[in-house]
Formats: sequence, structure tokens, C-alpha cells
Amino acid sequence: MSDAGVLSSLTAAPGSAAAAIASLGQVMFLGAALVFLIVTVLALAGVWTRAYAIDGRRWLVFGGLALPSVTLAALFVHAAPLDMSAPGPDHPDLPRIEVIGRQWWWEVRYGGANDTERSFVTANELRIPVGRPVSVALTSADVIHGFWVPALAGKVDMIPGRTNRIVLRSDAVQVYRGQCAEYCGGQHGLMAFTVVATSPADFEQWLATQVQPARVDDGFVRGYALFDRAGCPACHSIRGTMAAGTSGPDLTHVGSRRMLAAGTLRNHIGTMTGWISGAEDLKPGSGMPADRTLNGAELRTLAAWLLALQ
Amino acid sequence: MLLLVPLVFAWAACSRDDTGRAPRDEVAEGRAIIITKECGACHVIPNVPAAWGRVGPTLAGFRGRVYLAGRIPNTPDELERWLLDPPRLVPGTAMPNLNLAEHEVRAVAAYLYTLQ
Repeated sequence: MSDAGVLSSLTAAPGSAAAAIASLGQVMFLGAALVFLIVTVLALAGVWTRAYAIDGRRWLVFGGLALPSVTLAALFVHAAPLDMSAPGPDHPDLPRIEVIGRQWWWEVRYGGANDTERSFVTANELRIPVGRPVSVALTSADVIHGFWVPALAGKVDMIPGRTNRIVLRSDAVQVYRGQCAEYCGGQHGLMAFTVVATSPADFEQWLATQVQPARVDDGFVRGYALFDRAGCPACHSIRGTMAAGTSGPDLTHVGSRRMLAAGTLRNHIGTMTGWISGAEDLKPGSGMPADRTLNGAELRTLAAWLLALQ
Repeated sequence: MLLLVPLVFAWAACSRDDTGRAPRDEVAEGRAIIITKECGACHVIPNVPAAWGRVGPTLAGFRGRVYLAGRIPNTPDELERWLLDPPRLVPGTAMPNLNLAEHEVRAVAAYLYTLQ
């Protein structure tokens, strides 16, 4: 699963909210196990020892009041700071990141109106710099979705007309997989995404590349002509071209993404070819019609061109 | 004792080499490559998860398929040549070159020939 990324809250990223939740879970589990053990020993002792008079008041005060108070207070002191890991304001050094849930993919916006120099739209893949808490704004364009990267943080709902926030942080260079965690329709199960935690230098490099319009190389004219003939611009945008559709993912740098079709397929020439001409078989209801306009060689050319959009 | 007789025959049949079957390891490796490369994006492939694609032909019963891409005789040598670079053999094919190494091609072919 190295392409798809880590998808487990048991392998929480160092420095992440998921790691804090995992450690809290372990402390709670051990605490509960200890209490269970003590109660069991006492219960068995009650069965196996001969009856004798006990000091009811002492048991009541120590066992019923003092012990639970101390235990619960200790757990509260441990847990309270973790609970306060609520998102802070956006960090000025980092571009604003917004993720919009759509049936069944993720629109990802960096920058925004006040940060046009770092403003771009991408899809199904987020990048974050290592060791920095990154606040992500979450909303939905249609139904309620759930944003969940198990190895990084808890789940947050994406609700139409409302913006929720989540903080992502990873102290390790790693690829994580996220998944929609709120049933959102037929292809809910194939609505996944990738979070790539990179070094700050690689992150800046990635931002600088993503802001650029599509790469123009020798294959551009032929590739775009096929893209246009197959009708792709009706739904997809490629910055720097006439393609400005908005109902499907932005494809300006689609070749740079690790996965295709919201985490459904690894991204390479074989899957790109199959997805372009057979999306409805692979993800029924995705709304992407099977292409019937291109011949075999043209299909391969189009797929290769899209992959070259790095 | 009589019950053992068919078992012995069955064993003898399995261990015969003239069936042209590849070793089990190679078949398993081939299946693993088919899963990782997600050949199922274009082909229906028996015993491979999520292999629902209808862009290319189904690979069910592949061992009995006579022609590759409708024009190349389906022999082990030709299949390996095909898998190494499909467009070189049939320029008009929709199947791209998946950049498989030669040992990967042999393993994939081994799996495909298990599909009766």
C-alpha cells in the first residue's frame, strides 16, 4: 500500500492529533483494565474469604469517594489538554487550504482570494509541510461527507453551507490515505484521498509547481486536441488552456498525483487509459461518460499527455 | 486402500510436466503483479479483486483464446512479446506499454495461462 498511503489510527503519525488520541486511548484502556482487575480481585476475595464484619464507612469514603475522585481527576488532567487541540487561526506563512467534498471526490483549494500568488485548485491530494500544524477548512458542495485521515486526526464532517476546521500535522515524511467517513451515496467507498507530508523545501517546490499553468511540451497541441475532441473540457479544467469545466476535478497537474479517481486507482499509463474510457464500470455513478470518440492509439496518446502534466 | 487409487492417479497427473503449467510461485507472482498494476481497470480477470474493466476483452478463459488483440497467435512467446510492448506489435491498440520487466511479463503470462 505504499502508493495509497498509511490508513490506520494504530499507526498514528508522530506529532499528529491521532497520536495524541491513540495515547489517550491507551491510557484509558490501561486505567480501565487496572480498575477492572482491582474490582475482580475484591469480588473474588469476597467470595473466597470467610465472612467478617467490615468498616462500611471506611470502604464508602475511600473506595466510593476518594479512589474514583483521584482516578478520574488524574485522567481528566491527562485528557483535558488533548481536548484543547482545537484549530487555531490560519498561519500566515502557510497558504490557506480548503477541501470541498463532492460526490465522490475532493476539490482542494490552496491560497484563496487574499493570497492569489499561491492560489490554485487541485483534487484528491493534499500536501503539508512536515512538523507544522496545518489548518484545513472543510465544506461540501452537495451532501454531507466526512474528512478522515486515520493516521493524522479524528473525523470531521463536511457540511454544505458550513465550514468546519481540522488541524493536520505529521512530524514524519510519509504518505497517508484519507477516506470519506460519512455515507454519501453509491461510491462513498471509493471516495478516498492522499495526504503527503513532505519536507518544507519540497512543499515550497510543490506549491511553486502547482501554481503554474499546464506544462507546454511537444505533445501539448496533439494532447489537448484529443482532450477537446473527447469532450473533456465540459467538466474538467486545465489552467492555461480553454478547458474550464468545474463539475470534475482540475487536471492541470494530474500527472503529479499519486492516485486517480479519488484514491480508486494508482496513477499510471494503464489505469489512466482504463479510467478515461471506462470510468462508469470502475466507479458507477461517477458521472464520467465512457469515451467512444477516440481510437486506441489516440486514447493512449491522450493518457500519456495527461500523465505528462506534472 | 481402493480409495487411494484415484488419489495416486490424481497426484501422478498433477506432477506431470507436459501440461505446460508454470510453477506455482510464478503464477502467484503474476497475480500479484496484475493486482498491483491494476490490469483490472481495463479487463475482467477471474480471481483478481476489482477487475471489472470493459475497455479491453475479458481474460476469463484466456488459456483457450486463439488470437491476441484479434490478430497475433496466442503462444507463450507471442504473449510475452505482446505484454512487453503492445503498441509495437499492434500500433492501433488501445493497450499501452505498461513498462513491465521481462521477469514480470513471464509471471503475468504464467497467471493468464491458468485461466481455463
